[in-house]
This record gives sequence, C-alpha cells and structure tokens, in this order.
Amino acid sequence: MASSNIPEDNRYAKSHEYAHPEGDVAMVGISDYAQKELGDVVFVELPRVGTVIDANEDMGSIESVKAVSDLFAPVSGEVVEVNEALADSPQLVNTDPYGDGWMIKIRMSDPTELDALMAPEEYDEYIEAEASR
Amino acid sequence: MTTTADPEIAEREAAQKSATEPLIFERSKRGRRGYQLPALDVPEQAALPASLLRSEIADEAEVSEVDVIRHFTRLSKLNVSIDAGLYPLGSCTMKHNPRINEEIARTPGFALSHPLQPEHQVQGNLELLWTLEQTLKEIFGLPRVSLQPVAGAHGELTGILMIHKALAKSGNARKYILIPDSAHGTNPASAAFAGYQVKELKSNNRGTVDLSTLEAAVNEDCAALMITVPNTLGVFESEIRRMADVLHAKGAYLYCDGANLNSFVGIARPGDMGIDVIHSNLHKTFSTPHGGGGPGAGPVGVSEKLVPFLPTPTVEKRDDSTFYLDFAHPDSIGRMRAFHGNFNVLVRALTYMRSMGPTGLRRIAQLAVLNANYIRARLRPHYHLPYDAPSLHEVVFSDKLQTPKDVHTLDIAKRLMDYGFHPPTIYFPLIVSGALMIEPTESEPKEELDAFCDAMIAIARETQERPELVRSAPHTTPVRRLDEARAARQPVLRWRR
Amino acid sequence: MTNFPDPTHPDSSHRYIPNAGEDIREMLAAIGIDSIDRLFDTIPDEVKLKALLDVPGPWSEVETRRWFGALAARNKTTVDHISFLGGGAYAHYQPACIDQLLLRAEFLTAYTPYQPEVSQGTLQSIFEYQTHQCLLTGLDVANASMYDGSTALCEAVLLAERVSKGKKKVALAKSIHPHYLQTVRTYIQNLGIEIVEIPWGPDGRVDPAALRECAADAFALAVQSPNFLGVIEDYDAIASAASDVTKISVVAEATSFGILAPPGPHGFDICVGEGQAWGVPPQFGGPYVGFMVVRDTLKRHMPGRLVGETVDVDGKRAYVLTLATREQHIRRGKATSNICTNQALIALAANMYLSLMGKEGLREVANQCLQKTAYLLGKLRDITTVELPFNGPVYNEFVVRTPFPAAEILADLEQEKILGGIALDQFFEGHGRDFLVAVTELHTKEHLDRYAAALSAAIARERR
Repeated sequence: MASSNIPEDNRYAKSHEYAHPEGDVAMVGISDYAQKELGDVVFVELPRVGTVIDANEDMGSIESVKAVSDLFAPVSGEVVEVNEALADSPQLVNTDPYGDGWMIKIRMSDPTELDALMAPEEYDEYIEAEASR
Repeated sequence: MTTTADPEIAEREAAQKSATEPLIFERSKRGRRGYQLPALDVPEQAALPASLLRSEIADEAEVSEVDVIRHFTRLSKLNVSIDAGLYPLGSCTMKHNPRINEEIARTPGFALSHPLQPEHQVQGNLELLWTLEQTLKEIFGLPRVSLQPVAGAHGELTGILMIHKALAKSGNARKYILIPDSAHGTNPASAAFAGYQVKELKSNNRGTVDLSTLEAAVNEDCAALMITVPNTLGVFESEIRRMADVLHAKGAYLYCDGANLNSFVGIARPGDMGIDVIHSNLHKTFSTPHGGGGPGAGPVGVSEKLVPFLPTPTVEKRDDSTFYLDFAHPDSIGRMRAFHGNFNVLVRALTYMRSMGPTGLRRIAQLAVLNANYIRARLRPHYHLPYDAPSLHEVVFSDKLQTPKDVHTLDIAKRLMDYGFHPPTIYFPLIVSGALMIEPTESEPKEELDAFCDAMIAIARETQERPELVRSAPHTTPVRRLDEARAARQPVLRWRR
Repeated sequence: MTNFPDPTHPDSSHRYIPNAGEDIREMLAAIGIDSIDRLFDTIPDEVKLKALLDVPGPWSEVETRRWFGALAARNKTTVDHISFLGGGAYAHYQPACIDQLLLRAEFLTAYTPYQPEVSQGTLQSIFEYQTHQCLLTGLDVANASMYDGSTALCEAVLLAERVSKGKKKVALAKSIHPHYLQTVRTYIQNLGIEIVEIPWGPDGRVDPAALRECAADAFALAVQSPNFLGVIEDYDAIASAASDVTKISVVAEATSFGILAPPGPHGFDICVGEGQAWGVPPQFGGPYVGFMVVRDTLKRHMPGRLVGETVDVDGKRAYVLTLATREQHIRRGKATSNICTNQALIALAANMYLSLMGKEGLREVANQCLQKTAYLLGKLRDITTVELPFNGPVYNEFVVRTPFPAAEILADLEQEKILGGIALDQFFEGHGRDFLVAVTELHTKEHLDRYAAALSAAIARERR
C-alpha cells in the first residue's frame, strides 16, 4: 500500500487524530493515513471555540461521500481556535492534513497526556498492522 | 448483450448527446400552458385579506402538454428498468411487475374511493383488506397482520414499537435490541426510533449467528433480536427455532426482517420458526413496482402475544359477512399513518397473490433460489466467494481476485452497465469487503442469466488484460462517473434561475 | 415425502416465471445437483411446510378481473355520486397524460437511483420535484419525499427535536388533521417528548393566547393551514407570538399553495404536508406523497433522500443522491430517520402535475376552489337552520352544523347520490351535529346548487 506521511513532531491517537504541540496549545487534525482511508472529505463538523473537552471525548465528525466517522479529542483542554476554512473547503483535509487541513487548537489542561499518545514510529507500526488485517 | 467490443468514442458521444435533457424549468417560456379547466361558472366574489395571499409563484414552470410529454419521455430513456432486463440488486428482489396489477389498481371503484367514507360505503375495500390479511396470515403462519405500514422500515418501526409496548406492559420495556453485523441499516435506525439502544452481534465464518453468541448476549435488558432470514448473504439461519427458544426463555422477542421472504415463500413459514414479528416488503416478494424508490408497503405479521398491540384500526368481519374498522384495542401502539396505509399497493399485491396461487407462490422461491445458485455456480471460478455456505436466493461475491489489478467492486459494477445490465448491490453486506450481492429473482429466463454471467466473466477477463477499461467504465451510459464529492461539498439541491 | 407438484412438469409452469422443465434440468446439472429440493437443505425439515399454502388461485387475468371488479363495484364512489369529501384527501382534476407517463416502465419498474449513470431520469425528476417544493413553500431545501402528510409531520417534529438544545416539549395545534396527531403520538411514544395541544378559538384559528402559553419551553410548534376545520391560519401572527421555537407549517391541501401566502417568507422554518391534491386519486388513502421543505440551516439534519447537481468526468451536468451520510444505510442507528423506500413514483406524478399546471394553472385551480367554496357558503347561509360554527377565512373546506345528528343528515344526502361530508364526531367529542364539506374545481355550479337544495331538503325531512 502507498506509504503515509507521518511527521516527526506530532503525537498520534489510535483513532488516527494527531496532536501537534506548540507550547501549551495542541493543533489537532487527522493523519495522512486516515484521510486516504476516508477518501474525498465532504464535510467536517467541529466543536465551537470555548468548548471544554476531555481526551477521547467525541469532538465532532468527518464525512466522505459514503462514510461518516466520529472524531475524538486526543488531549483534554479548551478549544481556542477552529479551522473555519474547512466549512467551505473540507477537501483541505485531503490535500494538506497536517497544514491547512488542521481542525482545532486545544489549550491543553494536562500536557502530559501527550505521552499517552503514540510516537511517530509507533504509529507507523500501528497503521501497518491495521492495513494488513 | 455479450459483446466485449471496445466502446467507440463516437458511439459514446452519440449516446451522451441524445441523453441531454434540460430541466423542466429551463423549458419554460412565458405564455405557454399545459392545462385547461372549465371556465369558472360561479360569480367571483371571495376576497381574502391580502396578508393571506401570495403573489405569483415566481419561476414556476410555464410549459405545454407537448413539452411535458417530451420532457418526461426523454427523462425516462435515461433509466434502466426491470422491464428492459435483469436488474440483479441483492436484497431488493427486482422481479417482474405484472400489468394486471396496474389495471386492477386503477379500477375506478378502488381509485376513486375516499379514505374517510363510512364503512357501509366501502365494503369492497374493507373486504379486500380483510382478504389480504387472511392470505398474509397463511403465508406467514401467524395469527394477525397489520396492513398499515407503507414500507419495510415503517414495518420495522411498527414491530419494534409493539415489542416495546408489550414488554412495558409486563413491567420492563428493556434497553436494547440485538442486531447482527450483516443487517440492513434500517434495522438499527428503526430500533433507535422506537427508543432502544442497539447491540451488534458478530457473524460467524458462515455469515450466520452462532447460538452461543446469542445466548451470551441475551439477558433481562434485551428486548429482541432483529434478524434477516435468510440473512443478507442469502444464508438461512438453520438454528432459527433454537434462537427463538433462547430469546423466549429470557422473555425477549424474535423480529424477522422479511426482506428476503422471496427465498422461502411457500416453502416454510415464519410463524413455524418461532418468529414473533415479521414485516414483508410487498414491493419485493409480491411484485408491486419499485417506482424509482417507492411507494411500497410493509405489512407486519405478529404472534399471539403481540396481537393486542397491533396498530389501529384493524379490519374485522361480522357474522353477517359485512366488514368494519375496529378501534377497540386499548393496548394498541396507535396509528402508524393517516388512513389505511398504501391501499392501492395492497390491491396490487393481492392481485399478484391470486395470480400465483399456492403452486405459484411456492414456485417463486424454488426458481428464485435455482436462478441464484446457477449464477453462483457459473461465476464461482471467476470471482471470490467469501462465504461458501449454501445460499438461497442471492449470492455474495467479492472483488478479492480483481483488487491486485487495482480493479474494485465499484469498477466491476460500472463496467456491467456497458454490457446493458444494472449492477448488483455493492459494498453490502458490510461484513464482506468489496461485496457484490447478486439476486436474479425467479423472473429471469436462463438466457438472460447466461448473458449476465457471460458479461461478468468477460469483465473478469478484462480485469486481467485491460484493467484500465474497467476502471474507467462506464463508457456508454447517458452520463459517466459523477463527481459525488462536489455534490456533497457544495450542495446544489434545487434549480435557481 | 409429501406430494408437491414436480417443478419440471409442464403443468407447473407459470406465466410470470420463464424457466421451466428443460431449463431447470440444465441449471440443476450446471449446479451439480439433481433436484430443486436440495437447494433448500439448509432449512430444517421441522419448519418446512408439509403441504401447499391454503390460498386461492392461480387465477387467470379473466378470473382476477371478475373477482376484483365485483369488489370494486361494492364501493360507493364518485363513479355515480357527487362527493364533497376532503379531510386530507381531495378529488382534483387529473391531467390524462400523467398516468400514461407513469406507466412508462423506465419510471415504474426502476429501483432507487443508487447507480446514477443509469438512473438520470429518476434523479433529474426528483431534482425538479425538490425545486417545485421550494418555489411553492418559499423555503430552501426539499427532500425526495416522505410516506405521507402524517409521517412527514412526525419526521419534522423529530428533526426539530434534534436541533433543539435539550428541550422535550412540542406544541401541536389541535386543528391539525387528527390522524396526523395520532401518528405523531405513536412515533414519539418512547422518546420522552411531551405534546401539548393548542386549542382553536371561536374563529377556528389557533387561539393566540393559548399558543403563546403552549409554545413556552417548547422546541417546536406546528399548525396546519388551511387547518382541519378548513380555516386559514395567520402565519405572521403565529410567528410573532412564538419567536424562539422551530415553527412547522402543515399543509394537507396542497393546491392551496396556488393562492395562499407561503410559510417560508412568513416566519416558518419547516413546511411538511400531503401532496395528494396534486393530481393523485384519493385511492382510499394511499399511496400519496409526503413532502418536507426546510430552511437551509436544517438541511444536514433532514430525513430522507436528497438529490443534488454535479458533473460527470466529462464535465457534463448530472444528478446524484447526496448528503447520504444522514441516512440509515450509512449512519445506521444514528441516522436522521429510518426511512428508505419512499413515495418516489407519486413524487414523479406530483412533478408532472406541477409542471403541467404551472404558474397560471396552480393559481387558477386554487382560485376556482376558493370561489366555488364562497359560492356554496353563500347558498348555505341562506338556509336558516344551517350554522357555520367557525367564522375564520376558509379556502376550500368548512364545517357545517345543522340541528340534527350529522350521520342522519349525511345518510339523507347519500340517498340523493351525494357524499355530503365527513362527520366530525368521529374525531372530536361534542361535535355530533357538525360535518366537514370540501369543494374543488371539479364541482360545477349545478353540483353546488344541488348540494344546497339537498341539504335544505334533508333538514326539512329530519324536522318531520
């Protein structure tokens, strides 16, 4: 299968969200592997700014033409920014999942939660195993 | 039908050009008219306050009758249909729609009767409904049938509401419904609408549900198992009687999704299997036309325990052979729809049942299952059969032998269109990756089955030799593959000037 | 073994099932078995039938026509009566070409348009149908159809509940079609939703003070206009009395859109109703076509199928089912509705009707209904013993009260070959002398005069 882009400076959840830490804020989106699995993204539903969310809590959903997946927060904290561009251009999740296709920024209440997420090499093994199932 | 000739570009363009038809609103021209009414023969005296009136219906069509007839005739030519050939959608039972059904339904005595006429004025209709219930009772082997539900999913909701009410009456409505992972999506949706959570049951390697899996999942919180018999792989649940026993021992009910009744009508009866509720899609097993998505009807048969909870009104016969609507069912779940359901779909279905008779009804299942197994035998060397348990009226293949060439189920489906066939149901059931679910029904002559199999085999060969041809199909249809992502990202759901 | 007929015997053949003796033998050989019975080995003997079903048939078309024809002849209908029955099912003009076009096999015998390349006819027609609904209601997004008016209202209530923030009360006008209200009660019985009914005032319209009270804390309110009593509601007054709830308009007489103010521009968020009046025969209650039209902001919460415009790989305009992630086949237990099969063919008929009648015809039908109703009302007002209990404005239906039980008056009219109305005591207690009368463009002045004379005579007869 086509190899996936797994940036080094992110942490990854088993449900395929990534958290990109910048100080006490984590930028959250879905991985390159996940966007490929979903296919053409047509709609992303995200929480509002100000929402306080727990790690592993349902934070929205992402839809392709014929599938819908729940999104889970990789870390706990307050949503401080939402990527408004996805409302009109959900395809950014496909074209640039780690850049313009980011979803929300969470001010982390407990940055040590990042340690519970997978490191890039662990995530690489994890998706390899998932793909060969 | 069986030619494998490369579609010429010119041929494609010709087919596509003839297919372009503007929207009816784009045909509109000021001053055209498509109707005439008798002149108003009473004085024009009514005057409503201006605040209650509308201005003209801006942008509404202005077209002649000729425009309308041309428009819809041209649109119709962009569809394929069962009258034009095999339409092998799995779990959809696309069978022949006899025209006598249409004629009978249009009898003025039926078509012009009003749903709120008093009983003595509509004895013919009430007798028809009563007679249809007797016939379905015999087919189901169950004591009562409600004719009110107008679709399969509507029947599911009716059935689950009855189970809820029965359980609630005995003190505990319980929490969840068990549904196998191979089920149609309406099952969990209907269960949720009736107020239940859904617990999914894993299928075994035959695609059926193990008795031990069921036993482990049933407890005092379980209201019912909702199961399709035979399941969406076409495999009969041979343990169905024991499943019923397991459920009944724990005070739970057995709901059967009767979408696949075509495979065993006249061979076996749900009531004899211990089933408490079954809905039957009359637009599947009983030949009423699908009409591009409806209307249908989804009557629900119930076991003795559930009879008090049937929707009202029921149709009853008096000793003097007159018929009446009975509202006196204090435990009824209530009314599922205004009036009497899709009455004129019910007329068609009873017409069909009489046309078939006892021998014909049995022959439906026999030939539907024979036809499916013939396809299974012919295609098995060419397509992967993920579950090889014996199947009844449908067979589910997968694209596993084609994916190494990067040809997938969707491509095979689209390429079938170039051979003049509607594709099978695809990517369902969900337990099969890349499923191709084929249900030919009893309506297909052997020649048509052979032509279909020849086309499928040709596509399997093309996949090896010229995969790009399959991947880029269809080539000869009125339009080619659509940009579905665009439709969903920026939805355009109506015409605007 | 029991004695079932041999499926390969020539006597077993049936006209709807092509394969017979020789085909069956060849197919069995290809499968590698010797009898059809073997195919059913997975069904345990204990549940197999030991005899044929005990049902009549098989009948030829000749016998079928005879039996069903005799049954149909036992109904009293407009074949030889004049009907003034409405109450959610109306006899309107049906253009001849609609039924002819509906019988085209490409429409009649096609499945749901899941494969757009071979279903553009159905898809484009649904897109046109959706457009008609938007134009008529003044709202933004229409779905491909619901089962009927009653279940469309159920779905509207459930939609409104989904987008509400935890509220559990819905206010429904008591003057909504009683069957619709009963159906809503059935649908919501396990969902923790509370219904409060908004009573009608002396004019037959919802009572504004009661409306305000009922709508407080509700997630939605619904009114029908023209309502079940025939009275036209005042959308603006209702919308201003209850600003903070989802407002649902129910239209059970769809020809009224031709002349009455549409709900969208008058403060309503959802319009649902029954499309039978668009040229579909009454046919004892079904199949009809429910419609649902909503504001754009509600579209992702909508039940049912939606068709959208897109392009194919060659850039050619085409139509496809879209926003499907709302639906049961994808979202399963979390879907916006369990609906799958809808009323597609009736929606197609509605599209044809609305196109044929068009901008002018829809207004003319509605105006004729309005004027003929006013004429009959004038004639009835001249009968001193006839009372018209509600004085609100009406479209094509109204309540009549006489000094005598409605059933007796209607039985009298039936003697004159007039189906004179719908007795209201079957729906509302204390209305034993009331019945509902509907007039459409199909009535002539002579019909209306005859009705007034017959009613007058019936009252006189009861007097004696």
